[in-house]
Amino acid sequence: MSALQERIGAAKAEGRSALIAYLPVGYPDVEGSIEAMVAAVGAGADVIEVGVPYSDPGMDGPVIQEAVDVAVRAGVGMRDVLRAVEAVTAAGAVPVVMSYWNPIERYGTDRFAADLAAAGGGGAITPDLIPDEAGAWIVAAQEHDLDRVFLVAPSSTDARLRSTTAACRGFVYAASTMGVTGTRATVGDAAEKLVARTREAAPDLAVCVGLGVSDGDQAAEVAAFADGVIVGSAYVRELLEGRGVEGVRALTRDLAAGVRRAGVRA
Amino acid sequence: MTTTSPPQTGDLSLPARPGWPDATGHFGVFGGRFVPEALIAALDELTEAYEAMRVDPAFLAEFAALQRDYTGRPSPVTEVPKFAAHAGGARILLKREDLNHTGSHKINNVLGQALLTKRIGKTRVIAETGAGQHGVATATAAALMGLSCTVYMGEEDTRRQALNVARMRLLGAEVVPVTTGSRTLKDAINEAFRDWVTNVETTNYVFGTVAGPHPFPAMVRDFQRVIGDEARAQVLEREGRLPDAVLACVGGGSNAIGIFTAFVPDEGVRLVGLEAGGDGVDTPRHAATITGGTPGVLHGARSFLLQDENGQTIESHSISAGLDYPGVGPEHSYLHDIGRAEYRPVTDAEAMEAFALLCRTEGIIPAIESAHALAGALVLGRELGSRGAGGRGDEPPLLLVNLSGRGDKDVETASRWFGLGDRQEVDPGPGLDTDQRPTEGAVSNAEAIPPDQVGVDAVGDVATGGRTNAGSGAGETA
Repeated sequence: MSALQERIGAAKAEGRSALIAYLPVGYPDVEGSIEAMVAAVGAGADVIEVGVPYSDPGMDGPVIQEAVDVAVRAGVGMRDVLRAVEAVTAAGAVPVVMSYWNPIERYGTDRFAADLAAAGGGGAITPDLIPDEAGAWIVAAQEHDLDRVFLVAPSSTDARLRSTTAACRGFVYAASTMGVTGTRATVGDAAEKLVARTREAAPDLAVCVGLGVSDGDQAAEVAAFADGVIVGSAYVRELLEGRGVEGVRALTRDLAAGVRRAGVRA
Repeated sequence: MTTTSPPQTGDLSLPARPGWPDATGHFGVFGGRFVPEALIAALDELTEAYEAMRVDPAFLAEFAALQRDYTGRPSPVTEVPKFAAHAGGARILLKREDLNHTGSHKINNVLGQALLTKRIGKTRVIAETGAGQHGVATATAAALMGLSCTVYMGEEDTRRQALNVARMRLLGAEVVPVTTGSRTLKDAINEAFRDWVTNVETTNYVFGTVAGPHPFPAMVRDFQRVIGDEARAQVLEREGRLPDAVLACVGGGSNAIGIFTAFVPDEGVRLVGLEAGGDGVDTPRHAATITGGTPGVLHGARSFLLQDENGQTIESHSISAGLDYPGVGPEHSYLHDIGRAEYRPVTDAEAMEAFALLCRTEGIIPAIESAHALAGALVLGRELGSRGAGGRGDEPPLLLVNLSGRGDKDVETASRWFGLGDRQEVDPGPGLDTDQRPTEGAVSNAEAIPPDQVGVDAVGDVATGGRTNAGSGAGETA
């Protein structure tokens, strides 16, 4: 069982969902982003999505775009990402790299897998890499015992839910709505339906929900039906609006309480 | 295929479709689909609808009628002997896509995709645009077919192509200036994809070039191949032979794929793509993706792209907004890989020399994009001539150039280039010394319109203050 599976399983054993926090490496700078990640771990995040900056983040809304643009222009690269992975591991959470595909391919798929494993990384989430195109990555991830997390969406057919979840290890990322990252007033019914359909396709795989969750109440709502709650833009907004690590801690405490008050799930 | 009459326009069921891509959109190692899962269902729906439509006689008839009666196809082939006098003895034929309705080849693809949009029951189209030609074409088709239309355009490009912004708005389209990243075409594409993933139930993405995820590269090629199908038959009919080379500019590469495709099986015909060399491929300011790039993934497909060591896309530079793109369609990367086509850079200065030369010698104002292909023809003609290697026997080499668009939209950029730039300081590049032919009637520096008075009133709120084209290199060197 991988570290990620263990961590999500441990949360489940406590009768709650795991809290997964996304923060991009390099905003406001590399050190600042690592401090924010460590602060989130200290305040109760189970898993950190260590974001790789990318110049063309087609699945991200304006909040994450703005932060990542700063990191890209500063030349933040995979070496910095791996340093953040080590720091998160040392702080006691499971780091999972979140990256559009090109930065990984440019670094070298095998080299990335080897270096990520050496840094203590659990695996990678690849938002624009579908399993159909992921042959080399899956082989490299198997070689280095890394998890690979692909995405499912409300528009995914049942056949695609089956094939995508079959290619996942660790968990599957369920995109709650059709759209880009960003905080939303409501998460909506689509997420719950998608999680139910995904469980039917893959009963043994953890299903974590992302896109749109920004506070403890929404986290509680999602935690009622998902194995993990993924929060990204709300974290980045704390940094963009200057609340720094204190803001990250406060948000984490709110979210961590949220995933614990969802009640017992089946 | 030795037919001597042009094929019926819009006949997509011609048998000569290349053996690529494969069923999942791969051209060798290039192409594919690198998009969020949320878009896969829409791409599958599009693929399925398109594959059914392209062999449907009712669609083919409707498409052919639109191309004939609305676009004005077939476009003619024009020989340009006075221009060719500067090309080392080669003869040059132009395929006149500039004469299409809306002023470029872009309409060919857009009419096909707009018909497809109606067929899959969607009511809204979105598009990205660089020079504005694809945006204008999409806005036109949307107006014609009663579809709602939103066009994403980099803020930088809305300034240097202000005329086309006004044109799209006249046609009823919403134009959204994109202020993220480099504020040019690549960022407009990102924003269009974000819109699409959010509104995919009602919206179809009318992609403008042979890039992007499957099925766009193959579908746009099929809609654009009418250029080469017509041109091949037209050249055979008038010359009784095929051209020695076919030349086209390459940004994303749709006009080039459009004219190349019919000639791909003709091994004796050289296929030459001209990339935007900007200030030169040995500088950081160019858009020559195949010449100066490396393979990677951008905008949904694997292809050559301009990227740094971290895999970040490098901002491209070209005087031509339509070529100012750091990626290229995957089929071009494949044709380059298998050696079937060659790709060469043309600098801003070389392109503008060819632009001026065609205006003066033939009375045709080309799009600056197409001027890159014209510049490539001058160089290739001189290479062939200097080797004494005519086409066959004593015949001069015969070059077919795709004149993909007309230059109305570029008049302001051209006046700035020629008005402000000291001609003596503009290096025309090897083989392009046009001093041998005095520039009769050309605008001299003294007569040039001051840059702060160009185009201000004509374009309303868009070119506020008349500040344009900060990234084009032309104005900055003056």
